[in-house]
Amino acid sequence: MGIRFILMVNKQGQTRLAQYYEYLTLEERRALEGEIVRKCLARNEQQCSFVEHRNYKIVYRRYASLFFLVGVDNEENELAILEFIHLLVETMDRHFGNVCELDIMFHLEKAHFMLEEMVMNGCIVETSKANILAPIQLMDKAS
Amino acid sequence: MSLSGMRGLSVFISDVRNCRNKEQERLRVDKELGNIRTRFKNEKGLSPYEKKKYVWKMLYIYMLGYDVDFGHMEAVSLISAPKYPEKQVGYIVTSCLLNENHDFLRLAINAVRNDIIGRNETFQCLALTLVGNIGGREFAESLAPDVQKLLLSSSCRPLVRKKAALCLLRLFRKNSDVVNVDGWSDRMAQLLDERDLGVLTSSMSLFVALVSNNHTAYWSCLPKCVKILERLARNQDIPQEYTYYGIPSPWLQVKTMRALQYFPTVEDPTTRRALFEVLQRILMGTDVVKNVNKNNASHAVLFEALALVMHLDSEKEMMSQCVALLGKFIAVREPNIRYLGLENMTRMLMVTDVHEIIKRHQAQIITSLKDPDISIRRRSLDLLYGMCDVTNAKDIVEELLQYLATADFAMREELALKAAILAEKFAPDLSWYVDVILQLIDKAGDFVSDDIWFRVVQFVTNNEDLQPYAALKAREYLDKPAIHETMVKVSAYLLGEYSHLLARRPGCSPKEIFNLIHEKLPTVSTPTISILLTTYAKILMHSQPPDPELQNQIWAVYSKYESCIDAEIQQRAVEYFALSRKGEALMDILAEMPKFPERQSSLIKKAEDTDADTAELSAIKLRTQQQASNALVVTDQRPANGAGPQPSQLAMVMIPTTTTDTDHSSVEQDQALTQSNGTLTVVDPQPSGDILGDLLSPLDLEDSQSQSEHNVVPNDALALVEDQESSVKPIGDIAERFHALCLKDSGVLYEDPYVQIGIKAEWRNHQGRLVLFLGNKNTGPLDSVQAMVLPPSHLKVEVSLVPEIIPPRAQVQCPLEIVNIRPSRDVAVLDFSYKFGTVLVNNRLRLPAVLNKFFTPIQVSAEEFFPQWRALAGPPLKLQEVVRGVKPMSLGEMASLFNSLRLMVCPGLDPNAYNLVASTTFYSESTRGMLCLVRIETDPADRTQLRMTVASADPTLTFELKEFIKEHLVNIPTAVKPSPPPQQTQPLPSATSDPGALLAGLL
Repeated sequence: MGIRFILMVNKQGQTRLAQYYEYLTLEERRALEGEIVRKCLARNEQQCSFVEHRNYKIVYRRYASLFFLVGVDNEENELAILEFIHLLVETMDRHFGNVCELDIMFHLEKAHFMLEEMVMNGCIVETSKANILAPIQLMDKAS
Repeated sequence: MSLSGMRGLSVFISDVRNCRNKEQERLRVDKELGNIRTRFKNEKGLSPYEKKKYVWKMLYIYMLGYDVDFGHMEAVSLISAPKYPEKQVGYIVTSCLLNENHDFLRLAINAVRNDIIGRNETFQCLALTLVGNIGGREFAESLAPDVQKLLLSSSCRPLVRKKAALCLLRLFRKNSDVVNVDGWSDRMAQLLDERDLGVLTSSMSLFVALVSNNHTAYWSCLPKCVKILERLARNQDIPQEYTYYGIPSPWLQVKTMRALQYFPTVEDPTTRRALFEVLQRILMGTDVVKNVNKNNASHAVLFEALALVMHLDSEKEMMSQCVALLGKFIAVREPNIRYLGLENMTRMLMVTDVHEIIKRHQAQIITSLKDPDISIRRRSLDLLYGMCDVTNAKDIVEELLQYLATADFAMREELALKAAILAEKFAPDLSWYVDVILQLIDKAGDFVSDDIWFRVVQFVTNNEDLQPYAALKAREYLDKPAIHETMVKVSAYLLGEYSHLLARRPGCSPKEIFNLIHEKLPTVSTPTISILLTTYAKILMHSQPPDPELQNQIWAVYSKYESCIDAEIQQRAVEYFALSRKGEALMDILAEMPKFPERQSSLIKKAEDTDADTAELSAIKLRTQQQASNALVVTDQRPANGAGPQPSQLAMVMIPTTTTDTDHSSVEQDQALTQSNGTLTVVDPQPSGDILGDLLSPLDLEDSQSQSEHNVVPNDALALVEDQESSVKPIGDIAERFHALCLKDSGVLYEDPYVQIGIKAEWRNHQGRLVLFLGNKNTGPLDSVQAMVLPPSHLKVEVSLVPEIIPPRAQVQCPLEIVNIRPSRDVAVLDFSYKFGTVLVNNRLRLPAVLNKFFTPIQVSAEEFFPQWRALAGPPLKLQEVVRGVKPMSLGEMASLFNSLRLMVCPGLDPNAYNLVASTTFYSESTRGMLCLVRIETDPADRTQLRMTVASADPTLTFELKEFIKEHLVNIPTAVKPSPPPQQTQPLPSATSDPGALLAGLL
């Protein structure tokens, strides 16, 4: 099924965005996020971008203060996911212009819209930035 | 800074952010939840704008990890809102908060369906996304035809169709009947003709799910996938928006190659050729570039291509390239590539027969086992486990044991289990197996299940030769100050059964053993106490003549436990107490345990039965099966007199150790070549403590692109696969191998491209059993095989017949029975010849049936040593010599050399710290068991000289022993001598026949 969840967490460990593509109860999510964040934030830049946790493989990338963590299953190509994270950041960058943690916090809905255009049901839907951003631009124009 | 103008929401988010601790946050969140709840209660007064705002707040709170158990209805109701902004919020929040089994979701089915079949394509997109993310069975049944229609409709725009594809994927997973309609596979094939890359990307995901379920219906799609791959690889008709750092959609390339891996093979020659051309281009054309993102993207494609080649390349056209690439990857510094290299190498073990080539990288893989990154360590562990076989088991297991001491807690259990399985499966000899398991219990007792120690007991019970060894080991571990309870159990059991075999050794009297074990009793749990009670009874039984003091001690223990609350302990105490008063009867009742029937290892069985779905585990399973089928045929040559090889009771693998890999150069070269690699990981260069600064600073896109150079130089050394086919030269240094075998009992005696001769020997007093393993390494038979032993006069050697022909890939065992008549340093020679095709090969090899094999090390105490030492006064019983030209070694090294010569170093006997005292018992028919004492006085100022004094009650023995030790101390046997042709026809029965001894004498 591919991507199981996408998390954006700052370096204090606070979740800034969470999107799951399989159902987990709130307790399961809390536990999972806690464990993963503890594991990934403790790593340094000499270590690889992949962490095995339970049945998941976490592919993660750090941009300034923000960590992007993507949980995948065995069916995914790790490097492709790593670059998909970068595509997501570039897309947000194109929209916000020099995107930062605050943009994502205070425009949570936009971050969700973008993600929704990019991933659906754990699979990648779209990789063209123009196509991803088209609905949001339409909405911005309308309001 | 507002959420589409929702000021209240921004304020709330700021408030939460400003909370100084979790408690404040909780209070603020609770207040907000209360507020939302009241507002939702009188819903009538709520404007769509307010509703939208509150629903977003709910999502935010939920994301923070707080339960939001109300308001779901409001979120769902927004789906039916007429205006886009409200509708959108309704869809998104519903799919985040609810799951497919939620009752409220059913209420929405109609509204969702209306949006799907409606004319508004933005509404269609929202609805399809919701169903795609959380739609359940009911959705599948009611919506599948509508969704299919959208996907296939030519009038529908790509933005709707790409969502329809993934929506259908969800519905298919909920109910696979949705695509079980006639002609669906044709439509799928049609979809793969799509030009729009967005639609194609989603359709490919749908296709992967379909073929993974059943590929047979989709053969017609296979050429289309290859076409797509060609189009991407050649960059034909790819819009700029879909190229990522110059690479045509890496994600679609990866997905397409993934889909192809679900087909067992590509039959059609044209398609196959086209596909292999593309793959070849990827394999050859992927260079390491400066830009991190481009590099990652191209390597994502490369790794997928590798996986596809491994899957399809049954003809091995491109396999060697793959192996070379992976060999290169596991040695680079860039951690992501190394991780994936290790992972894919493990996969490769599963799909194809590359075991031998992968073994060349063993050293590199072991290096990764010590990597600071746990992700890489795990991959390395899996790979080592998968690649282990009889030839490298010793090395690998020893590495695992070493690593166990420092491994993180998270990995210990897995490590312990894997080490135990490998030790059992591939043990070259049983004493090694016992060593490994005892070390395992010592280092990671908590992770050693009962299965494992039961298994050791079975092996020891069934192999008499092993019993004294195991008992001695158990005794050694008991000396340690704090030992794991499992160690107490296994030691107590072994010593109960076999400690009487050690009785002659110092510190091993029944009383001492009892005291040692009894010390542990207060610290152990009830089941262990039961074992200890039995051990005491056995010790009592074996102490003949009875020792009244010991008897009283043990009886005191029994009477103490007579009234124990635990029924098992109580019963044992009462029964043993009564039995031990019966004298003779005790002997019969408490006799040694009978041998165990042969049984499959429960550990291995467990490992095999585990129904694991991960690729890694099934790889291991597959390998086990392969090994079973490729195993060498063991033709058991039993000699006519019936003294054949004792059948190994527990079907252990009995093939001796390692083939020395002579080709290390590639690995070293690799390391040298990759020293200047940079790292690809993207990190903030200056860790900033300022939170606000971080929040506001851009996410550093640029920085991630300007990473350091990454120059992995292509390495040709790895491509050398076969290079041994010229003339019949021995592999490795024969003299060195012989020398090594003088110090250990199993290993390789000789190897050339056609044949390998392994040795496994067991020595007991003046007798020995030595088994030669003659292995044909080739696919053709070996003819005219002859193996004759030319024994020196002091050895009686009985050889069994060797068959004339050794079939391809077969191994023949040839046991020799050896009896030592008197002390001598002369060496037996094996005259071995064979024909391979027209090549006649003849070799004379020294057999490691040397003086020290008839030693049994013995530790003597000061009270025993000094009277003996004084009694053996002067020549010829005590000889002294100053030896010069000694290999410089530390005292510790010398001590371990002595120990490996079976001369047991007795520390503390000589007051001078620079001196060394050792003792052993020598056995021969003429001398019987005879104590030998050795004293070495070293000169700390000049380590190349020392004074040696040797004493025994037999003058020949004293002389021979002195010369023998000298040979091993002086730097001759291996280094100086350029590997002498092993001896003349018949070794002369004089003391000077060995060239080593000759030279040593001259010095």
